[in-house]
Amino acid sequence: MSDTIRGKIFVVRDNIDTDQIIPAHHLTLVPTIPEEYAKLGSYALSGLPDSYRERFVPEGRTTSPYRIIVAGRNFGCGSSREHAPISLGAAGAKAVVAESFARIFFRNCIATGELYPLDTPTRLCDDLTTGMEAELDLDANRLTVPGLGRTYDLAPLGDARQVIDHGGLFAHARKTGMIQASADHTP
Amino acid sequence: MSMTLTEKILARASGRPSVKAGDNVWVQADILMTHDVCGPGTIGIFQHEFGRDAKVFDPARVVLTPDHYIFTADAKCLRNIDVCREFARAQKLPHFYDPADETYSGVCHLTLPQKGHCRPGEVMFGTDSHTCTHGAFGLFATGIGNTDAAFILGTGKLLIKIPASMKFVLDGRLPPGVMAKDIILRIIGDIGVDGATYRAMEFTGDGIPCLTMEDRMTICNMAIEAGAKNGIIAADAVTEAYVRQRTAQPYTVFASDPGASYLSVHRYDLAKLVPVVALPHSPDNVKPAAACGDCRLDRAYIGSCTGGKISDFTAAARLLDGRRVAIETCLVPATVEVARQLETETVHGQSLLDIFRAAGCLPPAPPSCAACLGGPADTFGRLNGAEVCISTTNRNFPGRMGSKRSSVILASPCTVAASAITGRITDPREMIA
Ligand code: SF4
Repeated sequence: MSDTIRGKIFVVRDNIDTDQIIPAHHLTLVPTIPEEYAKLGSYALSGLPDSYRERFVPEGRTTSPYRIIVAGRNFGCGSSREHAPISLGAAGAKAVVAESFARIFFRNCIATGELYPLDTPTRLCDDLTTGMEAELDLDANRLTVPGLGRTYDLAPLGDARQVIDHGGLFAHARKTGMIQASADHTP
Repeated sequence: MSMTLTEKILARASGRPSVKAGDNVWVQADILMTHDVCGPGTIGIFQHEFGRDAKVFDPARVVLTPDHYIFTADAKCLRNIDVCREFARAQKLPHFYDPADETYSGVCHLTLPQKGHCRPGEVMFGTDSHTCTHGAFGLFATGIGNTDAAFILGTGKLLIKIPASMKFVLDGRLPPGVMAKDIILRIIGDIGVDGATYRAMEFTGDGIPCLTMEDRMTICNMAIEAGAKNGIIAADAVTEAYVRQRTAQPYTVFASDPGASYLSVHRYDLAKLVPVVALPHSPDNVKPAAACGDCRLDRAYIGSCTGGKISDFTAAARLLDGRRVAIETCLVPATVEVARQLETETVHGQSLLDIFRAAGCLPPAPPSCAACLGGPADTFGRLNGAEVCISTTNRNFPGRMGSKRSSVILASPCTVAASAITGRITDPREMIA
């Protein structure tokens, strides 16, 4: 896993719940089925109110031009649906940088290995706007926004970093010998 | 070392003499619950990771309760129920509540207690955020994602961090017209939707013995709406009476030690609480119902794991008895048992069903989650446009009950019933002589 993520940011505000990340009527899609995984990506953040003028995944596209999501407080609150981090990952997002996360969403990011959930003490959603270019350095725990000439510190992910680097809980458990690779396991 | 109730249960489950907040420990799961929305994904990961022929850690500890998208023509929903059924058959799961036959029960969070799966002192994981409901029985219960659930299916274990506890002391008795739902909405209004993130919310105080098991479930159900990992109430005689009626299995009753440490202590005098509502679009946007009278409503909804229990319908029926609703009023019993009780339970000698019929409510829908989380287009009670709905459910984020343009107001069954009668948000105490 590369330690730098470069790309456009998509900015949302406080308390973005899992219904806004992936509306409940799309939960019939089963993430372990590849076509349905891709479909989940095309609906990522489609539950945001119409006050958000940009769409995270543009009309008619299946993936997002934004690689980094910037949020306020309590991102991912609400349901335990793993479809939430999966839809963001399937759309092509690599990280969410937020003031704080809801617990189950944070845990699901790590378990699925879909994206890096990064805490920041700064209220970035007031500073940044959708479409800005940014560079996320996972080793230095820094987000740089060259257009503003600013750099923001992020809280280190600790042990969770490696789990996501490995591709989620199961891949990590096998790599570290916590569980055996089963005979017919196809990675 | 002094421990909280949550710490004591997790110490037992991790095989250690003691644990403290912040420790990361492997715990043994006593129950893993999943349903039709997260079950197929969990099963998919389990089979991919452990192999097609792998067996679950213990079939008797897996509870499979299709409940979310049941009464629909949507092909994917029906396929997902089939996936659950096929898995239950292949794994010989004794606790599969099949929508296709008489074993069907309804919403998982009322099915688990009613079928005897909630036992004090145990550890329960569920692929549903409202799994925290079951802390009402003095057990540790929390919601997890599919990957974690698949890991448990294969190993019976999960690595978790011991949460620090916040103590909520509930003293005194609720006045007429004020319900358990008002207690938890008030608390969420006070601490905010992230006020207990990563924490255990422990409810204690001399008001607890007066609360029924259903009241306690309502309170613990919404711990997640404050971001908590679990809600918990120590088991007492009320708990044991309920549990003993439903299961013969042994269990252990734990209580917090006197010197246990809490992150914070919050006190409530139940006698001083008033009926409240959570206005759109957040469960912490809490106002007294009496202060919201100009808000006009299009629909009232009584149902879900939070507000679709028999005590919820009985409270609503008391207000609706001899009155008429002014707006469309949807009733969704949480389980088959509740649906039956609508016919057998009475208020002033009349069955609840007769009272609802005479009041002009829509006929009750079959038990399921129904419109609590929107659901497919043909879901009963779904908000398909810019309607305003007052509801006994637990979430009102944008689009929760269907359309992004709709608005949901959360309230107790008494407040929903009173508001259905007037067509605007109404403090039920106005109607209680
Ligand atoms: S009734 Fe609503 S909150 Fe309860 S389990 Fe079903 S969808 Fe979730």
